[in-house]
Amino acid sequence: MSPALFVFFLLAALAVIGALSLILQKHPIHSALSLIVVMVSLAGLYLLLGAEFVAAVQIIVYGGAIMVLFVFVIMLLNASAEEHTDFSKLAKFGGLPLALALTGLLAAAMIHDGGSVSNSGGTDITLASTSGISMMLFSTFVYPFELTSFLILVAIMGALVLAQREKKT
Amino acid sequence: MVPTQYYLILSAILFGLGAVAFVVKRNIITIFMSIELMLNAVNLAFVAFSQAKGKLDGQVFVLFVIVVAAAEAAVGLGIIILTARNRRSLNIERVDLLKL
Repeated sequence: MSPALFVFFLLAALAVIGALSLILQKHPIHSALSLIVVMVSLAGLYLLLGAEFVAAVQIIVYGGAIMVLFVFVIMLLNASAEEHTDFSKLAKFGGLPLALALTGLLAAAMIHDGGSVSNSGGTDITLASTSGISMMLFSTFVYPFELTSFLILVAIMGALVLAQREKKT
Repeated sequence: MVPTQYYLILSAILFGLGAVAFVVKRNIITIFMSIELMLNAVNLAFVAFSQAKGKLDGQVFVLFVIVVAAAEAAVGLGIIILTARNRRSLNIERVDLLKL
């Protein structure tokens, strides 16, 4: 087994265990920490794929900003362990096969459509992926890039409006 | 060199687990976290395809997905705070205004 394959299986196992732990943990703060494990191992997989900029952004934005926001809200609302409620009979027996069917169908569709794609005349992306991304971001994708700044502005205003206390009139 | 198929299978597994968590969990915050898990699974597929095709479009798209996820987290958590304040509970079963 080559070293790359070994690292892949290590990180993949870590990601799947983290995702399972997200489901099995009862307390939201434990679920949040499991999700951080998934995100960090995904950042490692991005490094393995030669996407070092995406890996750094994954750690900084997902592992840092978004998850801190989640943990902050969990603490703010003083969330306790979730109450257990019964599922319907249909969900109890049909849920697992349906979930497996969804996973299998997704994997089959993606592999069928693109699993056999080869490096078709593209450049070697492992060498200059960060400079390549910046070139594309500010030439081909410059309008979407500018729109994202507008989106974030709107999101900030929306979050402020939603979270502020109602004025007593 | 890891085959692209392995990444795609892992991506599908993570998406499936995220979908299961979305349905199974009863806490609004955890449900929101499972959406993030599904977004991450899709990002992995994007980067895997980007590497397989030797083009960077997939990685640029992942950056946009991350930006949208950040905006979504900000607004979504604002909504969660508002719901928790009105319902005095984080249980999704209590949020049933639209239920018949």
